[in-house]
Amino acid sequence: MSTNTVEATPRRDRPFSWQNLGKTIAGGYVPLLLATMVVFVPLLWMMLSSLKAPGEIVTTNLTWLPKSPSFQNYADAASTVPFARFFLNSVIVTVIGSTIKCVLAVFTAYALVFVRFPFKRVIFLLILVALMVPPQVSVLPNYVLIAGMGGLNTYWGIILPGLGTAFGTFLLRQHFLTLPPAILESAEIDGAGHWRKLWKIVVPVSVPSIATVALVTIVSEWNEYIWPLIVTDHPDMMTLPVGLTQLVNSDGSTQNWGMLMAGAVIVLLPILLIFAALQRYIVSGLTQGSVTG
Amino acid sequence: MGRLGTSNAQTSRAPVHRPPISTPKNRRWNRRTRRDAWVFAAFAAPNVLLILLFTYRPLVTNFYYSTLDWTLGAATATSVGLGNYVEFFTSPDASSVLGVTAIFTITTVGGAMMLGLLVALALNQRLKGTTFARAVVFAPYVLSGVGVGLVWLFIFDPTYGVLSWMLRTVGQASPQWVNDPKLALLMVIIVYVWKNLGYCAVVYLAGLQSIPTQLLEAAALDGASSLRRFTSVVLPLLSPTTFFLLITSLLSSLQAFDIIRIMTPSGNGTSTLIFDSYLQAFGSYNRAGYSAAISVVLFAGLLVMTAVQLRFVERKVHYS
Repeated sequence: MSTNTVEATPRRDRPFSWQNLGKTIAGGYVPLLLATMVVFVPLLWMMLSSLKAPGEIVTTNLTWLPKSPSFQNYADAASTVPFARFFLNSVIVTVIGSTIKCVLAVFTAYALVFVRFPFKRVIFLLILVALMVPPQVSVLPNYVLIAGMGGLNTYWGIILPGLGTAFGTFLLRQHFLTLPPAILESAEIDGAGHWRKLWKIVVPVSVPSIATVALVTIVSEWNEYIWPLIVTDHPDMMTLPVGLTQLVNSDGSTQNWGMLMAGAVIVLLPILLIFAALQRYIVSGLTQGSVTG
Repeated sequence: MGRLGTSNAQTSRAPVHRPPISTPKNRRWNRRTRRDAWVFAAFAAPNVLLILLFTYRPLVTNFYYSTLDWTLGAATATSVGLGNYVEFFTSPDASSVLGVTAIFTITTVGGAMMLGLLVALALNQRLKGTTFARAVVFAPYVLSGVGVGLVWLFIFDPTYGVLSWMLRTVGQASPQWVNDPKLALLMVIIVYVWKNLGYCAVVYLAGLQSIPTQLLEAAALDGASSLRRFTSVVLPLLSPTTFFLLITSLLSSLQAFDIIRIMTPSGNGTSTLIFDSYLQAFGSYNRAGYSAAISVVLFAGLLVMTAVQLRFVERKVHYS
């Protein structure tokens, strides 16, 4: 019998070959599926529960699918607290906050990379260190300052203290440093000033990086909790995460879970959808600095 | 006066002592560099000023507040020197706060990193669907801690939750979970690990993928078992990634707030430093000075870790 060359080839690299099928499923897909389910099932459970009727939630006989899916829980939440207003506040704070932050980051990063200035390194160091100062530590002094300026229960009071952006500046600076200086020099020879160079060259070629900063900023603004919690106590000015706190019974007694799951869906779903569409950019922004050289 | 007047070389024709040629220092400040300085100021000042006002100023102010006996909202405060710190480090409540912080930090960091590594190993295979699985596992990291906390509160509900139902089907009574001070901390830890392990997994995955395959193949040819290859080749090569994750996870774990606050609104054996600092100032106590002292303690801890991180980064730069 002549040796069959195909059979002689090692097959360990082919996961679905006959010999490897069992191993692939046990060692490959089972852990993968398990990890995916652990994350996915609680979120699915939340979505399904939010569509259930009260009798289906407050029961000891669990069923997965709602018998007759309805948005009653969402309506209940809206009649208990100004739910639509929370959502609107969150949108306003997120849109204004992240827009300004991105603009500030672009300007600062441009200045740090392309404008000559004697104390550039000091200022960059200042921003770098600020990156490591946790915002929670500054909560009390900022509260005293903002309250003194009459900023409690105002949009600007919620937005202003978070506006300075070390993260966005740092990330964009690192990107701007990789741009070839030649294109900027040629623009300079053509007589372009900093303003033209910024908007006609640097911004257009940096759209992916700016988008990453924008996405990460949107995610963190939307999820921001401790500061809005402290600076607002009027329901009309609360953001979604703060407003949801209002729905929870502080005494730990039986909760209206249908309503709470509706609230959870409203605060989680927008970011989940953005993430599903653009996860590559968000992941690269959030794991920035992790890649070791 | 006369000297001052004559020193203005541009307008007066009086004898000039200094040569009119610009020195190198002057040349640096010619028209263009001056304009650049203005542009720099206009572009960077708003951001830098905001950072100074809302990030750096609070650090200093916090130190000052921490020396005061001061009720939040009161017009007057009395100085107590280091009294707040003495009180914090001698009171039994505080030692429990430090203990809870230590338990929470160690278990969440350890749990998320170990599970993250396991998930990363599962993801680091040439199988269909790993890209999708990676996205799913990472997703909780970007979600609102408040929303995530609510979902898990429901799952953990002693009467109507999925977990109690599962326990009932195997004939066990459900514990009171969130209402039991012994279990509340465990719950909060589980949820926090769930939310963060995807981050560790994705970072570890990047580390795994940067390991040269030749090294693993060489080890395999030498007859190393897959466990041996993992402990002797993969883990050592992952050590920079592990260190990076250790530091960033420690920092973020010490700052964990939203999950703890939504699951145990007034603390139930779950008061970490950050949460206790919040409760002291904005809970029912209104003790602003004492709260500031706690946040200074927290900041000191974070500072030490940041210093360690900077040292490490510096060393790595030298070695590469």
